[in-house]
Amino acid sequence: MKLIKLVPDNTNIDFMRFRKIAIALTMALAIAGFVLTGVRGLNLGIDFVGGQSVQADFAQPVEIEELRGKVNGLNLGDASIQQFGSDTAYRIRLPKPEGDEAAANAVVSELRAMLEAEYPGVDVGSGESVSGNVSEELAMDGTLSLVFAMIGIAAYIWIRFEWQFGVGALVTLFHDIGLLLAFFSITQLQVDLNIVAAFLTVVGYTLNDTVVIYDRIRENLRKYRKMGIVELINLSLNETLSRTITTSVALLLAIGALLLFGPEVIFGLTIAIFLGLFIGTYSSIYVSAPLLVFLGVTSDSFVHDEDSEDRQRRDDGAVV
Amino acid sequence: MLEFARWKVWAVWAIIAAGIVLSIPSILSEEQLESYPDFLPQSRISLGLDLAGGSYLLLEADEGDLAKQRLTAQEENVQTELRGDPRVRIGDVSTADGRLSFMVRDPAQLDEAVERLRAMTQPVGLTGQRDWNVSVEDSTRIVLTPTAEGELRAIEDAVTVARDVVRRRIDPSGTREVTVRTQGSNRVLVQVPGVEDPEALKALIGRTARLEFKLVDLEANPAQLNAGRAPVGSEIAPYPDAPLGLPFVGYSTADGVPVIALKRRVIVSGDQLANAQQSFDQDGNPVVSLTFNSQGARRFGRVTQENVQKPFAMLLDGAVLSAPNINEPILGGQAQISGNFTVDSANDLAIALSSGKLPVKLDVVEERTVSADLGKDSIEKGAVAALVATLAVLLYMLATYGRFGVYANMALIINAFMILAAMAVFNATLTLPGIAGFVLTIGAAVDANVLINERIREELRRGRKVLDAIKHGYDEASTAIFDANITNTIAAAIMFYFGSGPIRGFAVVLLIGIVTSVWTAVTFTRMMVTLWVRKARPKTIAV
Repeated sequence: MKLIKLVPDNTNIDFMRFRKIAIALTMALAIAGFVLTGVRGLNLGIDFVGGQSVQADFAQPVEIEELRGKVNGLNLGDASIQQFGSDTAYRIRLPKPEGDEAAANAVVSELRAMLEAEYPGVDVGSGESVSGNVSEELAMDGTLSLVFAMIGIAAYIWIRFEWQFGVGALVTLFHDIGLLLAFFSITQLQVDLNIVAAFLTVVGYTLNDTVVIYDRIRENLRKYRKMGIVELINLSLNETLSRTITTSVALLLAIGALLLFGPEVIFGLTIAIFLGLFIGTYSSIYVSAPLLVFLGVTSDSFVHDEDSEDRQRRDDGAVV
Repeated sequence: MLEFARWKVWAVWAIIAAGIVLSIPSILSEEQLESYPDFLPQSRISLGLDLAGGSYLLLEADEGDLAKQRLTAQEENVQTELRGDPRVRIGDVSTADGRLSFMVRDPAQLDEAVERLRAMTQPVGLTGQRDWNVSVEDSTRIVLTPTAEGELRAIEDAVTVARDVVRRRIDPSGTREVTVRTQGSNRVLVQVPGVEDPEALKALIGRTARLEFKLVDLEANPAQLNAGRAPVGSEIAPYPDAPLGLPFVGYSTADGVPVIALKRRVIVSGDQLANAQQSFDQDGNPVVSLTFNSQGARRFGRVTQENVQKPFAMLLDGAVLSAPNINEPILGGQAQISGNFTVDSANDLAIALSSGKLPVKLDVVEERTVSADLGKDSIEKGAVAALVATLAVLLYMLATYGRFGVYANMALIINAFMILAAMAVFNATLTLPGIAGFVLTIGAAVDANVLINERIREELRRGRKVLDAIKHGYDEASTAIFDANITNTIAAAIMFYFGSGPIRGFAVVLLIGIVTSVWTAVTFTRMMVTLWVRKARPKTIAV
């Protein structure tokens, strides 16, 4: 049987040639992502700002303006109505009512009753209501979890490699999150708890590639003491390229299936992971690896503690 | 490379067999499960509300309400204590600013009063803190301030009781699959599958159900009543459904609601109930029949004996339901609450009363409901996506690595079973994001095999012999596999720690998937490759 090889053997691509321009370009994009998030903001779901949300699947397509009129007629605040998934499915969002928390409780039921009366055959799929306090806590928890995950992973890599690698990983993570934020800020796709989960997944999985490449750089630093760092990183990137591409394709196949056939409810989660895979693959080659050059990694970086490292490597073999 | 002890081979197969046996109940439908042999484990993965449909409610204790209750109770305790021997006369009692303060009339008794009140306070925790601070102001006033520790303890105690009350209300028979548990110090989490409109549920849970019987104060004059002023020792309570023509009912000048003056002293309360159930009175109207416990029955009997031909009021959460006349002493501890009930509302009240009163008001702070249809739709679409993802990855691996791809694929399929098995064993909940986690794990699980196989390719290109290349492939790839999976574990563990509900379900699948996939992708494939190499002794291999 003829086996597929997406990447030919013994590639010798000079990735590092474009390192300055590539890193400058996408880092600027990532920073723009943070700025954009600050200026334009994200379309935060009720998970993070509080309020009510109802998902309804109508028997036939409805006039959005007519529906809006009917919802606003309930005097529950300014409704935002969004189509999602099929052309009969809508998400209706209402702001957090002012004052009494208890007043918020009946809003979803009122909305449900109106929809069922006005649009026979409507299927109200889900109704949610989040109070101000809870949404603040969820937003805080979401932010904290991202920060802790990034610091935790960077610290681990620092311990396992050298400080330059830890810093490289951290900057790469900021870069990836920045680009994802840019996407969500531009598209104004709703950001809810699922998106935080997606970001955390991206943080974990995109660093996969980075770790594998770092692992190879470390190995080569020990093997080729005389090689220049730029050349060495290029070698490492080429040696791991086939693996990087193969794994990324496998992941894209899986997530692609979810994107095409999976439930609409988690579209935001899947699209974020899908994009994150591209971003992560790119950044492991063009951000995390070149950063090592700027951070001054040389073949001496691993000399001083080679003995203990070797012992550690043997231990790991036993663990896995 | 060729060494892979026979017992290890057996152990690997045994683990896989156990995994498959444990995962089967989760794959079968309810009906199929019934014909599944009894001696095999039956535990299955439970579905989250976003897949099964149902309601999720997060209730928060109203701390202000509780603080007020504690202050009132403390005022009574202090009065009772200082009325005892030797009596300390006090005056100018105030409960403003969340603290209790009063004047001691005889300054000589101040120290003694402080002493007695200090002895009344309770220690909280191990630090020697007490639930109230007793201090003296202006050398005549004693001030009792609740301590933060005391308030926290009170909230925690109240929430624990509230949790049990809520459980009894939702699930009086104890047979439904509901989740009721405390979260943090001041919240109760409720999950009820199958509920599509949570309003009835919230009404049932949210009702405080404080039942009190009090005597009607017949001395209040109508003008006083209408102005909302009660005679000393009495209080004004609303009586919304008051029948016309009752002599002791007034109408509030402010909003026209019928009001009534009641003696402050409680004859009996819901705490002294032994049982409450819905029944019918002699005219066939729905009522709630009460049975008091022996203490309640005694008190009720004594008070009704002393007050024959006078009216008393039945209050629920501060409002009067009815105010019947005491025609004769009620000695058996039985009573009926009438009011404008339907069978359902009488039944709900009976459940609320027999489950006990909520020690603190609960507010709904988060609510999520998913219909069973949407959940079913999510499961179906998720299953299709998982199947397509698996097939795509299987084909891709086969086309890329040939025989080694087949081993990776076997590992992948076994991995899917192992994830289901582990989730069933840990009684984990599968949520919609969890399905996404499952699909993602399918894609990620082959990474270890990709690393190994690419390394074998490399080693072969460097001119190593087949056996040597395979051995190096597995050994050299192991550090990268280990480090790469640790980063995922950190992210997933943090997600689990901070996440709630569905997100936690996602993190669980990722975490389990990481462990099982490393095992199947490394240990299992290594075994398969070893067994094959040992038998076939290949001179060349296609990777």
